[in-house]
Amino acid sequence: MTVQPASQTDTAAVLEINGLTQRFGGLTAVHDFNVQLLPGELAGLIGPNGAGKTTVFNLVSGFYQPSEGEIRIGGMPTAGLKPHKVTALGVSRTFQNIRLWNDMSVLDNIRVAQHGTLGYGFFHAIARSRTYLDCEARIEREARELLKIFDLDDYADELPKNLPYGLQRKVEIVRALSEKPKLLLLDEPAAGLNSVDIQELIRLVRWIHDTFDVTIWMIEHHMDVMMELCERIKVIDFGETIAEGTPELIRNHPAVITAYLGDDKI
Amino acid sequence: MLRRYSVHILLILAGGVLTYLAYEELVSLYILSVLMFMGVNVILSASLNLVNGYMGEFSCGHAGFMCVGAYVSSVLGVFLFAKDKVFGAPLLDPSLALYAFPFIILAGGVAAAVAGLLVAIPSYKTRGDYLAIITIAANYIIISIIQNLGIIGGSRGFMGMKSVISSMEDVVDLPWMPIWVFIFTVFTVWVLRRYVSSTFGKGVSAICQDEVAAEIMSVNTNKIKTISFMVSSGLAGVGGGLFAYVIGYVNPGSFNILKSTEVLVMVYLGGMGSLSGSVLSAVLFTVLLEALRPLQIIKWIVIPLLLVILMQFRPEGIMGNKELGDVFPWLKKFYKFK
Repeated sequence: MTVQPASQTDTAAVLEINGLTQRFGGLTAVHDFNVQLLPGELAGLIGPNGAGKTTVFNLVSGFYQPSEGEIRIGGMPTAGLKPHKVTALGVSRTFQNIRLWNDMSVLDNIRVAQHGTLGYGFFHAIARSRTYLDCEARIEREARELLKIFDLDDYADELPKNLPYGLQRKVEIVRALSEKPKLLLLDEPAAGLNSVDIQELIRLVRWIHDTFDVTIWMIEHHMDVMMELCERIKVIDFGETIAEGTPELIRNHPAVITAYLGDDKI
Repeated sequence: MLRRYSVHILLILAGGVLTYLAYEELVSLYILSVLMFMGVNVILSASLNLVNGYMGEFSCGHAGFMCVGAYVSSVLGVFLFAKDKVFGAPLLDPSLALYAFPFIILAGGVAAAVAGLLVAIPSYKTRGDYLAIITIAANYIIISIIQNLGIIGGSRGFMGMKSVISSMEDVVDLPWMPIWVFIFTVFTVWVLRRYVSSTFGKGVSAICQDEVAAEIMSVNTNKIKTISFMVSSGLAGVGGGLFAYVIGYVNPGSFNILKSTEVLVMVYLGGMGSLSGSVLSAVLFTVLLEALRPLQIIKWIVIPLLLVILMQFRPEGIMGNKELGDVFPWLKKFYKFK
């Protein structure tokens, strides 16, 4: 059986999750999770610690195989795909704790992230064939252009571990963008940043959303970031969806307040 | 111009001088054999560095792959070009041996690369200490198989390679073994350098530094691991094949875990993830082994002791993860390091 991408191309959901459940042994980390992200959306996912947010991201990026339910990216089901194949479908992500390749220059970090569209293989690399030279030139040009767009060209030859934390975040986001994703998943991009960096990050995410043709879905604990950026927020707690809607609605939703602050019943 | 061809010129000069010295017998056979072992050791340590240094896995079964290469190229060479008790008369005209020799060595390399799958496939799911155990197991499996193959001599070993070499020298009177060792040593370093400096090969370092990020950022980690293990063990097979022809006799006992350890020592001495370090340490280690020969058995106390001291004061090895061009920037005037 061949799987056709969804026929309705324009309005087709970038990401569609139906009845997603993930169990780790006896623990149900995510239960019956549903979401549909349309092209161009900037949506949020929040919840208290251990609510299962990162698990959802890990499931979407193919890092885990779901126990139940289905994930479709641009209409294509991702069941059984290895993470690099999922990335090829147009999903890219950053990590809660920055996961750059620390002993490789910033430029190389971007270059290696092009493995999916490299265009040459082992023997071309050994023979230094024309294909190899052309592909390498294209990759380097594109990587440098991208770094220039984000004002990172001065750091191209630096090792990420020598950069300040805020810049490392930025490099990681740029690396994720270099995959030319349709869907960008940001896992707590503001974690560990100071208030100045957070303002910078809000501008950056909004600018990326406006400039690149990309749908963004982010997890964040800083409510001000979410309130300012997201059009739609989903709240989960203990793997269950407890609320969904606009930031204003979420802010005053009784279930959300209970999840974060507890209730006064003893 | 000079920058572009400096290394080519240097290599041709070095090869020429080596051939001349060997041909005119200006150096003794003893020094010549030390030089050849040096080349073999460079091949072994540089190829192991791909897995242990660049990929960050811990393989301690390198001698096993060397053994596969040694036996395949020895048996093939003797079967085709030499008179042997078991295989009988040579299959082909011995005068062809000269032209077939590189292919015989490469065939050993290919066989060793295939044997490398024994480690590559488990590495998809296993890593670190557990993979190290698998590499030791692979080493033992290979040696045990060969020890029990009576047709190629079993644990008594296999010989007859000298007559292949002499039939090469009958065709063109040159010291062929030093020449082949030199060519294949250069070939090994050339292949590895091109591999690890390409964007494709930098996927290997990405796996070392963060495998999860590598897989998510579109690196096909299983494919890269397979290729790297196969290249590493294949080149070890090339080294093994040359080793067999240099000595003229192989026996499975010489490819045991001790030999693997010796190669490991060279890699760590030179520095993880530094090809020039591996080359340098292989040269140094070979010289050291010979220089300390008068100490006889005490040699095996002095050399490990030197290692202990090295690990205490310079745990990253001679070169760390730097290449020659990073340590001596003036070299960049003569060669474009990339």
